[in-house]
Amino acid sequence: MKCKKCGGVAAINMRQHKLALCEEHFLEWILKQTQRAIEKYRMFAPEDRILVAVSGGKDSLSLWDVLLRLGYQVEGLYIHLGISGGGYSDSSLEYVERFAAAREGARFRVVSLKADYGQSVPELAQMTHRGHKPCALCGLVKRHVMNRVAYQGGYDAIATGHNLDDEAAVLMQNTLHWQAGYLARQAPVLPSTHPRLARKVKPFVRLYERETAAYAIVRGIDYIYDECPHAVGSTTIFYKSLLNQLESRSPGAKLSFYLSFLQAKREGLLAVQEEALELQDCQNCGQPTTAPGLCAFCRLWEQRMDSG
Amino acid sequence: MVKVIFRDKEWELRAGMTVRHAILKVGLHPLAVLAVRDGKLINEATITRRDDVIRLVAVMSGG
Repeated sequence: MKCKKCGGVAAINMRQHKLALCEEHFLEWILKQTQRAIEKYRMFAPEDRILVAVSGGKDSLSLWDVLLRLGYQVEGLYIHLGISGGGYSDSSLEYVERFAAAREGARFRVVSLKADYGQSVPELAQMTHRGHKPCALCGLVKRHVMNRVAYQGGYDAIATGHNLDDEAAVLMQNTLHWQAGYLARQAPVLPSTHPRLARKVKPFVRLYERETAAYAIVRGIDYIYDECPHAVGSTTIFYKSLLNQLESRSPGAKLSFYLSFLQAKREGLLAVQEEALELQDCQNCGQPTTAPGLCAFCRLWEQRMDSG
Repeated sequence: MVKVIFRDKEWELRAGMTVRHAILKVGLHPLAVLAVRDGKLINEATITRRDDVIRLVAVMSGG
């Protein structure tokens, strides 16, 4: 199989685009696709300061690498969640440190849940009786910390490494349960609806997970290969496998599923659910919340104190 | 023979089949893994050669 650009040996074949590319042209293609997504969805401009959430995994490290190579003003944020007695989080952090050490201008900051807030995610999950399923709580914690750091650091947007497979899996899950509210809020860009809520952007939203992994391999990015122990056997992986079955029968099915959803949204499919929610300031931390009183993050810590 | 490695598992397959065929032969989905030989990414139509060591890299994450 030959590279469509130069006729050299192809490193990857992307059946959904009928495109096989060699390493060099694949790397070039990834940069172009990412830049195109940034512009198409008006994610951010060259003068904006971007906070990229990094986990040590292939997607976030590849995104950080691509944004640096595209010349954006980007800084990393690693949230140490204290997974597996801290062991998994420690080794994820080492990958982030090694990545940054090897690249000029790759700066990042670390927020440790245990050191800065007093409890790791598993401990918090245990104390709030969610020990068996800490993923939702983990998401809540990460969103809170990202918003706080972005607000305090004056960043214009938070970039995450979500790829098309992530988005298609969430879309499938939400569609099967007709979660209209969640569907309405699923987009490549979540605009800021409050001064303390930074814009969230997903520059890899049109790239398959296979492509972000290939990018990491070709660029020699060393990333944490082991799955978060709490994500093993997760429903997301199940939905991704189902979507891959569909994709192998019909190349481009995942891309079409997601892009036609965005098109339907633009045409008003979820217009009622898209109405802005009224936000109030949390009485404790000041971050916006839909409920009066405390935000979900602060309620979590209060719950912990009640049970502790 | 060709050695195929995925996580902590190893298989010995005959040379001369495509990478895609080798992936299917070891029970994996061709869209769920990438193949690496001598540190280089190889496409699924590549014909395996005698003494090749092919490492399969999982691409799916559940976070």
